Amino acid sequence: MKIVGQEKTRVDAYGKVTGEAKYTADLEPKDIFHGRVIHSTIANGLVKRFDLEEALKVPGVVKIVTCFDVPDCQFPTAGHPWSVEEKHQDICDRKILNQRVRLYGDDIAAVVAENEVAAAQAARLVKVEYEEYEPIVTVEAAMKEGATPLHPDIRKDNVIVHSHMTMVRNDFTYEDGWKEAKETYGADQLVSVEAEYNTPRISHCHIELPVSWAYVDVNGKVTVVSSTQIPHIVRRCTAQALGIPVGKVRIVKPYIGGGFGNKQDVLYEPLNAFLSVSVGGRAVRLEISREETISGTRTRHAIKGFCKGLATKDGRILARKLNAYANNGGYASHGHAICANCGNVFKDLYQDQLGTEVDCWTVYTSSPTAGAMRAYGIPQAAWFAECLTDDLSYELNMDPCQFRLKNCMEEGFVDPSNGITFHTYGLKKCIEEGKKHIKWDEKWKAYQNQDGPVRRGVGMAIFCYKTGVHPISLETASVRMVLNQDGSIQLCMGATEIGQGADTVFSQMAAESTGISFDKVYIISTQDTDTTPFDTGAYASRQTYVSGMACKKCGERLREKILDYAAYMLNHDITDLSKTVYADVVREAGETIREALGISREEEITGDMLEIADSKILVKGGEPELFDVAVVADTAFYSLDRSIHITAEETNQCKDNTFSSGCCFVEIEIDMPLGLVTVKDIINVHDSGILINPKTAEAQVHGGMSMGLGYGLSEELLIDEKTGKPLNNNLLDYKIPTAMDTPELNVTFIQLEDPTGPYGNKSLGEPPAIPVAPAIRNAILHATGVHMNEVPMTAQRLIEKFKEKGYV
Amino acid sequence: MLKIIHMKVNGIERELAVDERESLLDTLRLKLGLTSVKKGCEVGECGACTVLVDGEAIDSCIYMTIWADGKSVMTVEGLKGPNGELSPIQKAFIEEAAVQCGFCTPGLIMSAVEIVGTGKKYNREELKKLISGHLCRCTGYENILNAMERIVEEVYRASHKEAE
Amino acid sequence: MFDIKSFYEAKDVKDAIAALEREPKAQIISGGTDVLIRVREGKDAWCALVSIHNIKELKGVKLLDDGNLWIGAGTSFSHITNDPLIQKHIPMLGEAVDMVGGPQIRNTGTIGGNICNGATSADSASTMWTLEAIAVLEGPSGERQVPVCEFYTGPGRTVRERCEVCKGFIIPKTSFEGWTGQYIKYGKRKAMEIATLGCAVRVKLSEDKKRIADVRLGYGVAGPTPLRCRKAEEHLKGCQITDKEAIEAFGKLALTEVNPRSSWRASKEFRLQLIEELSKRALYQAIKRGGGELDA
Repeated sequence: MKIVGQEKTRVDAYGKVTGEAKYTADLEPKDIFHGRVIHSTIANGLVKRFDLEEALKVPGVVKIVTCFDVPDCQFPTAGHPWSVEEKHQDICDRKILNQRVRLYGDDIAAVVAENEVAAAQAARLVKVEYEEYEPIVTVEAAMKEGATPLHPDIRKDNVIVHSHMTMVRNDFTYEDGWKEAKETYGADQLVSVEAEYNTPRISHCHIELPVSWAYVDVNGKVTVVSSTQIPHIVRRCTAQALGIPVGKVRIVKPYIGGGFGNKQDVLYEPLNAFLSVSVGGRAVRLEISREETISGTRTRHAIKGFCKGLATKDGRILARKLNAYANNGGYASHGHAICANCGNVFKDLYQDQLGTEVDCWTVYTSSPTAGAMRAYGIPQAAWFAECLTDDLSYELNMDPCQFRLKNCMEEGFVDPSNGITFHTYGLKKCIEEGKKHIKWDEKWKAYQNQDGPVRRGVGMAIFCYKTGVHPISLETASVRMVLNQDGSIQLCMGATEIGQGADTVFSQMAAESTGISFDKVYIISTQDTDTTPFDTGAYASRQTYVSGMACKKCGERLREKILDYAAYMLNHDITDLSKTVYADVVREAGETIREALGISREEEITGDMLEIADSKILVKGGEPELFDVAVVADTAFYSLDRSIHITAEETNQCKDNTFSSGCCFVEIEIDMPLGLVTVKDIINVHDSGILINPKTAEAQVHGGMSMGLGYGLSEELLIDEKTGKPLNNNLLDYKIPTAMDTPELNVTFIQLEDPTGPYGNKSLGEPPAIPVAPAIRNAILHATGVHMNEVPMTAQRLIEKFKEKGYV
Repeated sequence: MLKIIHMKVNGIERELAVDERESLLDTLRLKLGLTSVKKGCEVGECGACTVLVDGEAIDSCIYMTIWADGKSVMTVEGLKGPNGELSPIQKAFIEEAAVQCGFCTPGLIMSAVEIVGTGKKYNREELKKLISGHLCRCTGYENILNAMERIVEEVYRASHKEAE
Repeated sequence: MFDIKSFYEAKDVKDAIAALEREPKAQIISGGTDVLIRVREGKDAWCALVSIHNIKELKGVKLLDDGNLWIGAGTSFSHITNDPLIQKHIPMLGEAVDMVGGPQIRNTGTIGGNICNGATSADSASTMWTLEAIAVLEGPSGERQVPVCEFYTGPGRTVRERCEVCKGFIIPKTSFEGWTGQYIKYGKRKAMEIATLGCAVRVKLSEDKKRIADVRLGYGVAGPTPLRCRKAEEHLKGCQITDKEAIEAFGKLALTEVNPRSSWRASKEFRLQLIEELSKRALYQAIKRGGGELDA
C-alpha cells in the first residue's frame, strides 16, 4: 500500500469551501464580553498613572485593568519547548500588561465591555500620564554608549546576545584569512568584496487575525480558545504569566487562518485569560485588529549584514565574514535564536577554503517586536550570502551559477558546530533543474551588455535549511490513534494544522502505517490541551519529520495490536467465538491461513503472520485476504470473552536532523525610467526528500514564492525613527502581492529518500520563502550592473540607483 | 436604534431587527450565524468578508446592513445543492488544491460566483484582475487561478452548448 | 458595529439635504468605502451620517439633450466602467475608475465620493480634470454648478458646503467628441493601491491625424490637489505628433507646474521622475488611440 506519495485531496478542503470549518471566532458563545487593548502612545518610557474616570462612565463598560493590576509574573512568549536547564530557558521579559513602555503601542491596559463600541469608546477616553524617554528605534541608537537599557533587570545594555562562530578552525578571523591568502596566492590573484546588505522588518499577514476568547470552565480551568500554532506552549506560558499551575490552563486550537510564525509565539492569550479571570470567569473575546497585528504582535527581524568575501581569481571562495545586527524590538520573543540561525546558514552554504567568521548581535530597540517568521532568519542569511556570492562572481566576471557549483556546500556536509548533516544531497541537482528551466546558459550570454531603457536579466540564489530544531532544542511529538467499531480510526495529533496541509499528510501517514484505508482515517483537527497528546506545534518545518515519525510509530503500534487481536480470533475460532456473527468468517479465515502457511490446527497463529492493507487483514505477503479490520474492531469492542479498546499512543523524541536545500531562478524585465521590475519567469526547485503529497507540497511552495516576491519587491513595515510610530500598519499601505502582482509560479522537486525522515521526507514548509528575493536582486544586477543591497527593491530605490549611474 | 429590514439571504426571505450601526459582516456572522463570512481587516482590503449583494461582490465589513434592505444577499452557505452537493466552483477549488488555510476561500468563491455568473470567457490575466480584491498569503494565487480558469471554461462551454 | 452617533438613510436628495440641516455636524456617506474607514480609525468616530447610498436619482449615466454626458454621483465605479455610453464616449474614465482598489470596492465606491473626498490621489480626478467635468451640487439654497478644476480647495477640501449634495457631473460634449485619452496609475502594486502618481492625458488630433490640435494634461498626487499643466499643454498644441523634441519639452514643462511632496510613501524626486516619464507615455497612448501613427 502506498498512500504516502499520492496526491490526496486535503482532508479539510470540504469544510473550507463550504464555510463549515470553524475558526476561533466562529465558535464564540453569544453574549460574550469584548476586550480591547489600550496601547501606549509613546515608544519609550514609564506609565506613571491612569485616569479612568471618563472611560468608566461609558455605558456597557464592565472593567478596565491596567499594568498595575496584573500578576507580578514575568514570562516568555517564544514558541520554543521549555527547558529544564535554566540557561536554555527563554527570556522572561514581560508581564501581561507593562508599566515600562518599550515600544509605541505597548500593551498598558485593557477594557472589558458588553459590546465593541463601548470598548472602543472607553479605550479612547483612558488618560495616561507617562514619564517619557527618547525612543531608540534603530540598532545603532540602541547600541550607542549610554543608550537607555530597555530591560535593565535582564540585560545591562540592549544587546540580548552576541555570538561568534567560525568555520574551518575555531580561532579563524577574516583578517588572518587575508594574510594567509596573500602569502599563498599573491595579492594580485585575489578578488574581494565588502558591502552592507540590509533586510527589512516585515509582517506575516496571515489573513485571520490573532483572535482568542477565554472563560473559566466549571471545573475551574482557565480555558482559552485561540488561533495559535502552538497550543501546548501557549498553555505553559499562560500558566507562567498568570502564576498558576499548568494543569489549571486549557488551550483549544480550532482551524486557523494562517500563522507563518506569528502565531508561533504567545500573543494575547495570557491577557485574554487574565481578562476573563478579572470578570469572574465570564467569556471574553479579544480580537486584535489588523493594525495592532502588524505593529504589535511579531515581525520578521530587520537584520543589517556587513559582509566581506575573498576569492581567488580562478573562482574559489577563500574566506567570508558576516557581522549581523538584528533589530529585535521591545521584547525578546524568540531572542537570539533567529539571528544565530541566520549566522549558521551564512557559514554553512559555501565552503570557504580558509575559513568563515560570523558575529551576530540581537538587540532590543523601542520598535515592534521581532519573532519567528517563515524560515526563521534564513531569508536574511540567504540575502547576505547570495548578494555576496553574486557580487564576488561579478568582480570575477564569472558566471554566478558556475561559481556557485564550484563553491557551494557539498554532499555529506556536516555542520561542525551542531552535527546537522546533509543526509541526502540534492542541491546541485536542483541547480541543474533550475538552470534548464530558465535556459540559463543561453540567457546569461544574451543579456550581457544591453543598453536602452528596458532590459532583461537572469538571476539565481540557493539555500539550505535544517529540519526541526534538534540539537539546538528538544524535539518531541506524540500521537494517539483509536480504533472504532467499524474499523476506522481517530487520529489525534499534537501537531497542528495551520493551513499547510499537516492534517492531510498525517492522515496519509496513518493510513500507510496502519494499513487502514485513507478514507477511514478521521483526523481530529482541533487540538485541546486537555485531551490532545503533547507536541510543541507547527514551526521549524518539523512536523512532517518529527511528528510524522511519531505518527508512523503510533500507526505501527496500532497495527500490531489489531493483528494481535486478529490472531487471537483466528486461534479461538471454535471455542470462544462460535456464537458471534463473525463465527463463519473467522472459521473460514482460520482454515485459509493455516492452509496458506502450511501450519496445523494445534500451532498458534501470531500477529506477525498477518498484515493489513486497505483495511483488510491479510496473510503476510499480501494474500490471501482473511477478513475486514472492522470484524476485528467490532469483536474487540464487544466480545464477551475479551473486550479490549484498541488504541495506541507514541512519543517520538527526535534526535536527528537533516538539511533540505534548493534554489530559485528568475528572469526579469526592468523598465528603468519607471523602476518597474517584472518577473517574466520564475522557478523554485526543492530538495525536500520524498513528498508525502506532491500536490499540497507544490501548493505550499507557491505560497512561499509569493512571500518571497513580496519580500523582494514591496514589503516593509516602516517605523518613524523619531517617534517609534508605525507608518504603514494596514493592508493598504503594507504591500503584500495581489494576484495581479504575481507571475506564474513554477515548482520542481528533486526527490531523494532521506534515511532519517519517516518516509524519506525532510523540511519543506518554510524553505520556499528563502531564495526568491536574492534571485531577483541578482537578475537586476545582471540586467543593469546595479547592486541593489537593500530589500525590498522598490521602484524608488531602483530609480535612485539608476540616477546615480546616469541611466535615467 | 433597531430597524426592521427585509432581505433575502441565500434565497430565504428574512425579517431582521438590526442596529443601524451594524455592518453587513456583523449581521451575517452574529445574527444569522453565517460564519463563512470572515473578518480579516475591517477596511475592505483583504476581501475575506466578500458576499454578493444583488449579485455583486462587496466587502461586507464596510457595507451597512441597512443598505441591504430589500436586497438579496448570498454567502458560501447558500451554494450547496439541496442534498448537500457542492457547486462546480467549490469542487474546482477542492480539486485544484486551491485551499490552504481556507480563510480567504469563502470570499474568493463568492467573487468566483459573480465572475462565472457573467458567462463571459476570461483569460488568466483578466481573472487576476477580477480576484485582485482578495489577499491570500498561502497560495500565491496559482491554484486559485487554476480553479477559476477551469470553472470559467466549463461554464462558458456548457452555456455555448446550450445555445447550439 | 460602527461607533457612530446616528445614521439616516435618505430617500432622495431633498430628504438628504434636510437631514444634513437637522443634524449640525452630520456628514454624507455614499459608497462608504472611505467614510466607514475613517469612522473605524476613530477620526470620525461618533459622527452622524446621512446616507445617500440608495438614492436612485443619483445613479447612472445618460446622454443629455444637448449632447453632453451626465454621470450620477452615486454611480459605482464598476457601473461606470461597464456603461455603454462611457465605453463609447470616454473609455478613459471607465478605465481610470477600474483601477480604484479592487473589484469589491469598485462595486460600492462611487464617483461622487471619489471627487468629494478631495483626495489628490483619487483615480477619477485627473481624468475628470482633463474632461473639464462640471460638478452639480444641490443645497438648501438650490442648485449650482462648479467645474471640477475649480472644485478643490486643498488636500481633502472642496468647495462643497456641508449641506450640499453632489448630484452628478456633466461632461461637456466638447471634451469628448474627437478626443482620446489615457490614464496611467502608478502604484506600488497593481491592485488594492492608492496612486503614487496618476497621469491623465487627453488629445484631439488634427483631421489628418498628424498634429496635436489640442491636449490636456492632468495629474493626481503631483500636488496637494489634482492639477492641470496648462503651460505644457499650450506648448504642445499644434505640434506634429512625431515631434520628439516637443514631446520631451511637454514632460519637462510639466515639471515646472507640479508640486509633489516627499512622504514615507514616496520621495519628491521619485514623483518628479514619474511625472515626466508618465506624461510622455500617456500622451503616446492617447495619440495612438486617436489614430495617430507613431513610428517606432
